[in-house]
Amino acid sequence: MSTTDFTETQLQVREAVRTLCTHFSNEYWRARDETSTDPHAFHSALAKAGWLGIALPERYGGSGLGISEATLMMQTISESGAGIAGAQAIHANVYATQPLALFGSEAQRSDTIPRIIGGEWRMCFGVTEPGAGLDTLRMGTVAKRETDHGDRSEYVISGQKIWITCAQVAQRMMLLARTKARGEVEKPSQALSLFCIPLDRSAPGLEMRRIKKMGGRAVDANEVFFDGYRVPADCLVGKEGEGFKIILHGMNAERCLLAGEALGLGYAALARASTYARERNVFERPIGMNQGIAHPLADAYMRLEAAKLATYHAARLYDASKTDETISQDAIGIAANSAKYLAAEAAFTACERAVLTHGGMGYAQEYDVERWFRECLVPRIAPVSREMILNYIGEKVLELPRSY
Amino acid sequence: MSGLRILVPVKRVIDYAVKPRVNRAQTGVETANVKHSMNPFDELSIEESVRIREKKAHHAHAPPVEEIVAFSAGVPKSQDIIRTAMAMGADRGIHVVVDEKDALEPLGVAKLLKKVVEQENSNLVILGKQAIDDDAGQTGQMLAGLLNWAQATQASKVSITDQTTVEVVQEVDGGVQTIRSKLPMVITTDLRLNEPRYASLPNIMKAKKKVLDKKSLADYGIEESGVRLKTVKVCEPPPRKGGVKVEDVDGMIGKLKELGAL
Repeated sequence: MSTTDFTETQLQVREAVRTLCTHFSNEYWRARDETSTDPHAFHSALAKAGWLGIALPERYGGSGLGISEATLMMQTISESGAGIAGAQAIHANVYATQPLALFGSEAQRSDTIPRIIGGEWRMCFGVTEPGAGLDTLRMGTVAKRETDHGDRSEYVISGQKIWITCAQVAQRMMLLARTKARGEVEKPSQALSLFCIPLDRSAPGLEMRRIKKMGGRAVDANEVFFDGYRVPADCLVGKEGEGFKIILHGMNAERCLLAGEALGLGYAALARASTYARERNVFERPIGMNQGIAHPLADAYMRLEAAKLATYHAARLYDASKTDETISQDAIGIAANSAKYLAAEAAFTACERAVLTHGGMGYAQEYDVERWFRECLVPRIAPVSREMILNYIGEKVLELPRSY
Repeated sequence: MSGLRILVPVKRVIDYAVKPRVNRAQTGVETANVKHSMNPFDELSIEESVRIREKKAHHAHAPPVEEIVAFSAGVPKSQDIIRTAMAMGADRGIHVVVDEKDALEPLGVAKLLKKVVEQENSNLVILGKQAIDDDAGQTGQMLAGLLNWAQATQASKVSITDQTTVEVVQEVDGGVQTIRSKLPMVITTDLRLNEPRYASLPNIMKAKKKVLDKKSLADYGIEESGVRLKTVKVCEPPPRKGGVKVEDVDGMIGKLKELGAL
């Protein structure tokens, strides 16, 4: 990857994260994937060296850097061979804590953020539901305010969440839930509220079930069931009815991080494929001499580089918008969605070609490219599908009529 | 003695994981677009200095550390490794900018370091036993000679036992050897001395605020780099010849005899 445009700090981030990740080899990740075991040693090592606080305020023990640096960190993690599994093990700690840092009360911030940064607690993000994926506004999970017998205010949560990554190992969840019925409010978005809730698996009304999945098996993804699960009222982040607005704020940042994770996977696969193409001899010459091998890899490289420019452009816009009012949220949304789309597609191309370059060996776990190939579907699907991005660009940029 | 003023010279070298390639003109190895990092032995030096400050490992009785200064003489990019050294715990850095074509030889470095030691009033110099690029392994010894200080080379364990006494364990053929000396002294580090920490993000950020002085050889009263050696030619080692397969033990003994190895 060309690193020409990166700042000195970003290059230091890349170098330091790369060094740390060398302690977690491909054998480590292969074993985690094979046995579906959480990479807690990796999470602890990153926490110990302060990386989880990269984009959190210095006041709470973070380092106060931007989404650009966080994106490069996620890319470097993924590129080290850790892939999407490694990235997902820490992703929510870096990203889902942003709304808390911005909109949480002083008590919420000082109670939760230092513990997340230090690795004592882990965070998961509870938005998607079986009946509400991208149509978030239709979600059904309800949080109802009640007073318990001791006159203490509580929220009682009922409903179901799905695809909640790291719910099995997390102590806190950023939960989006309905505090009003859809009809009760002027705009449907005003019916949702954001909570930072403790996950007490021994308490009544909370159950989770791990989903068996195609890739990234080291990290758990879950169905989470709430049935009258009670949490203290001070778990509410911001005001009631502001949840959707708060969540939207962080979505562009998440697109950037995901784009970075996809890029890392693509570059890792491409590096592996070109090494193999240089070393593997068939008919007494390296297979990389064949243009049928070389050209698809060269093409994959250019796609990754282009997607990289789009990704760090979006991240720069996001960071600059904090001090530059001329940058609109729409402009950031368009850049961040485009970046996520391009990076996911470039990663898919690179990963697929890496498997094919390896021939039969590409199908063997030992060569890692099959693991990355399985994982590279994640950024294509999440956090928003390719098709919804195309809809968004069609509507926002090209001013085409909305189809749904 | 009031406190320790430690000088840690560090060198920017081609990363240990990179396989160096001889350049086309056969005058050296290719350095353009090749990943560089801190000489691994120098990381050990920084780590040990920081442990002395933290009174970790064998340094419970060490006098307080007044200052740890990281120093490098080399191309402008050498400042990257000084920053790394500061992120690991050095308090400030000095960078003497030297062009690649004027690269210093060990004696030149030692003479320069002598001036630095005098100017910084250092009383302990900890440096790598060798740099992994030219593998000269001379600088520490020459520096001790020029300063007329004690030296303990290839340290695998360092214990500061009281205010002025240092014990150093060296690995020698067939065992270990412990030597004791008084400060000021020069110590060179060997691989098993410690396990260097990685730079944490908060410390990387702190290192940005630390002072890194940029200097020239002339600032230390050195007019020219004093290069005495001329590299005649650099070439790759000859490729390994393929071996032969033998059927059994007798076959192997026969083959070894045939080759004159037995």
